[in-house]
Amino acid sequence: MQSWTMMGRRAALPLAALALCALAAQARASELFVSNEIDDTVTVLNGQTYQKIATIPTDERPRGIYASPDHKYVLVCDGDSSNIDVIDARTLKVVRRIETGPDPETLAMSPSGDRVYVSNENNALVTVIDFATGKWIKQIPVGIEPEGLAVSAHGRTVVVVSETTSMAHFIDTRTWRVVANILVDTRPRIAQFTRNQRYLWVSSEVGGTVSVIDPRTHRIVHVIDFHIPGVDREYIGPVGVRFTPDGRTAFVALGRANRVAVVDAQTYEVEKYILVGQRPWQIAFSPGHRRLFVVNGLTNDVTIIDVSSEEAVRSVPVGRLPWGIAVIP
Amino acid sequence: MTVRRAAGGIGLLTLAVLAGVSLALVAAAPARAAVRSFSITFLRKTYHFNKEVLPSLLETHPADLGLSGSEEATSELNTAGRFIGWHFTLDVVTVPDGGNLAAAARRLLARGPRVIIADLKANDLLTLADLPAARNALILDMRTIDDSLRQQQCRANVFHILPSQAMRTDALAQYLVWKRWSRWFIIQGPTSGDAVYAADIRRSAARYGARVVADRTYSYNPGSRRSDTGYQQIQTQMPLATEVSGDYDVIFVADETDLFGDYLPYNTYAARPVVGTQGLVASAWTPAYQEYAALQMQQRFDLYAHRGMTERDYGGWLAVRIIGNAVMRAGLTAPLAMRKYLRSKGFLVAGYKGQGLTFRPWDNQLRQPVLLSTPLMTVSMSPQHGFLHPGYTTDTLGFDEPETKCNLGQ
Repeated sequence: MQSWTMMGRRAALPLAALALCALAAQARASELFVSNEIDDTVTVLNGQTYQKIATIPTDERPRGIYASPDHKYVLVCDGDSSNIDVIDARTLKVVRRIETGPDPETLAMSPSGDRVYVSNENNALVTVIDFATGKWIKQIPVGIEPEGLAVSAHGRTVVVVSETTSMAHFIDTRTWRVVANILVDTRPRIAQFTRNQRYLWVSSEVGGTVSVIDPRTHRIVHVIDFHIPGVDREYIGPVGVRFTPDGRTAFVALGRANRVAVVDAQTYEVEKYILVGQRPWQIAFSPGHRRLFVVNGLTNDVTIIDVSSEEAVRSVPVGRLPWGIAVIP
Repeated sequence: MTVRRAAGGIGLLTLAVLAGVSLALVAAAPARAAVRSFSITFLRKTYHFNKEVLPSLLETHPADLGLSGSEEATSELNTAGRFIGWHFTLDVVTVPDGGNLAAAARRLLARGPRVIIADLKANDLLTLADLPAARNALILDMRTIDDSLRQQQCRANVFHILPSQAMRTDALAQYLVWKRWSRWFIIQGPTSGDAVYAADIRRSAARYGARVVADRTYSYNPGSRRSDTGYQQIQTQMPLATEVSGDYDVIFVADETDLFGDYLPYNTYAARPVVGTQGLVASAWTPAYQEYAALQMQQRFDLYAHRGMTERDYGGWLAVRIIGNAVMRAGLTAPLAMRKYLRSKGFLVAGYKGQGLTFRPWDNQLRQPVLLSTPLMTVSMSPQHGFLHPGYTTDTLGFDEPETKCNLGQ
C-alpha cells in the first residue's frame, strides 16, 4: 500500500524530477551482501529500501565476504567446505567455486583483483590464490587462527592477524616473506589501513583495545581504550573497523558491549558510543559513505547508522548468525 | 619416575600434513634471531583408576587426559615463539601411583625455582606447594576444583585454573533462579567432596534466594551396575531414593565420584530435572562447547589428540597459555616475577569465553564464565544476565573478596 502512495506522489512531481526517477529505475540500486554463518546462505538487501532481494545458498559455514575491486563479484569463504563461493553480483548466483585449503575464515583481494588472500584458520596459513585460474601461488605460515586481512593500497603489503597467537604479521607480496610480527593485545580480529596508509589499526577482541601500528617502523604508536559507563570492561570486544573517506573518523564495532564507537582518528579520543544490536562484529559503509551497516551476530540483523548524525536509524533482519558484509555500489 | 620431553612445533607440522597441505607451497619461516628457550614442567601422578566404576560404556579415561591439552598449547606457543624468538619445552614428570611425589618434586626443584603445571589431586598439590624448595616456584593447578584449596588451604605459590566447587554451584544457581526453578531437593553422596559440594549448594541457595525443600544423603552400592539386570535394580532404587513428601523444581545432586548421579534422570520419583554433578553440569569446558570460537579449539585439539577435549585438557591448555603470556607478553622468566604479573591488572588470558580471564588476587583463582551443559549440548553460560557485581561480573561466582578465608590479597 505504501509504495502506491509514493508512486502517486511522484506522479505529481515536475518533469525534471520524473526524468531522474526514470534514470534511477534503470540503474540498479546498491546491494548489501551479508553472510549467515549458521544458515549457509548470503542475504542480499537492496541498498536503498533494505528489502531482501535474494537469499543465496552457499557451501558450509560462510563467514568472510568480500566485493571484488571491479564490483562484478562477491566472494565468500565457506569454512567447513574449504572453498570460496564466487557470486555474480548481477545474477546473484554462485558462478564458481575456488579451492582454498582447510577452513578459510576470511579473505581480501589485491587492489587490481588478480589475487585472493585467504586466512586458513585451522592450520595457521595464508593462502595466496590467482583469481583468474584458481591456482595457489603460495602458502605462508603465520600465527594460530589467522583472521582479518588488510592489503595496502599499493598492494605490496598484506597484513594478517592471528587470534590465538595475538600478532599482526606483515607479509611482503614480492618475496612472500613475513617481514614483521607485532604482538598486539589478546585475540586480534581485524586489521585496517588508514585512508592515507600512514597507520594500520588492529582491533583486539578479548584485550578490549585497538592498536595503532606504524607500518614503516612496525611499532605500536598508540593503544585505544574504551570505557562505557554502565558496561563491564569484560564485555568490550572491538572487532570491525572502518574509516570515513576524509580519514578523520573511525567506527569500531564493540562486540558484546552492543555498541559502535565513534573515534577521532587523529586524537584517538572516543567521541560517542552508538547502541546497536547484540554482538556487532563486521561493519561496512554504503557506497556514498552516508550510511554505516553493522552486522549483529546475536540478534540476526543489520543496524543502519546515519553517518552524519551518528545515530542508529533502522535495523533489518537477515539470516542466522550473520557474520560479514560486502557492499556492491 | 619417567621423564618425557614433548617437542613443541611437531603438532603444527602434523596438522599441516593431516590437512593435506602441499608442503612445497609453504614458504620458509623467517630466519630466526637468537632463540631463547623456556622450560615448563608438567608434574603428574598416575592415580589408580578403576574403569569398572564408570557408569556408562561411553565414558572413557584416556591416559593423556590433561597432558594433551598442555602439549597442544606448547605447540601453539612455539608457533608464536617462532616469530619472536622463543622456544618452549614441556618436560613431563610422571610419578606412579604410590610413588614418592615429594622426592620427585625435590629433585626437580633442586636446580632452583621452576614453573610447574600440577596435574595432581588436592593432597599431593599441597605436598608439592609446601616443600621449602617450592617456596619461590610458580605452580599452576590445572586439575583440582576443591574449595578448601581456595580458602583455608590456599597457598601463595599456587594458581587455580578450573572453577571451584562453589563457583560451579553458583553458576547453576543463577541459571535455576533465572528459570524460577527455586525449590531444590539436594541428594548428597557419601564422600567428603560430596559434603563440600552439598554445603555449596546450600550456600548458593541462600545467596540467590532459592529454597532447599529436601536434603538427603544417599549411599548407593555400585556392585550391581554392570550386571545384566542392572537397570532393573536402578529402576526400583532411584524412585525410592527420590521420594519426598513436598514438591520441588529440581534435584540438585552432589555426587563427585559418579556413584549414582547418572542414574537419576528418568528414574526420579517425580518428573523433575536433575542438575549438579550430573544432569545439567557446571564446568569450564566440555567437548561439545563451540561458542566464542571454541569450535576452532575443539578442532585443533581433535587433530592433535584424536579425541574430544575435556575440562582437564582445557585446564592443561590454559595453564600453558598463561605461562606463554607471562614469558612472551611481559618478558618474564623468573617464577616469582611471573606470580606478581599474574596477579596484576596487566595480565589477561583468552580462553574462548568471549572475554579476557584474570586471577582474583585474594585467592589466586582464575575468574571465568562457567558453562552449564548436558553431555551433548551447552545449555547456558553463567554469570546469567542481570546478576551484577561492582567489579567483575564473573566474581558473582564463588568466594568473593569479602567472603574469602584466604586473604592472599593482603
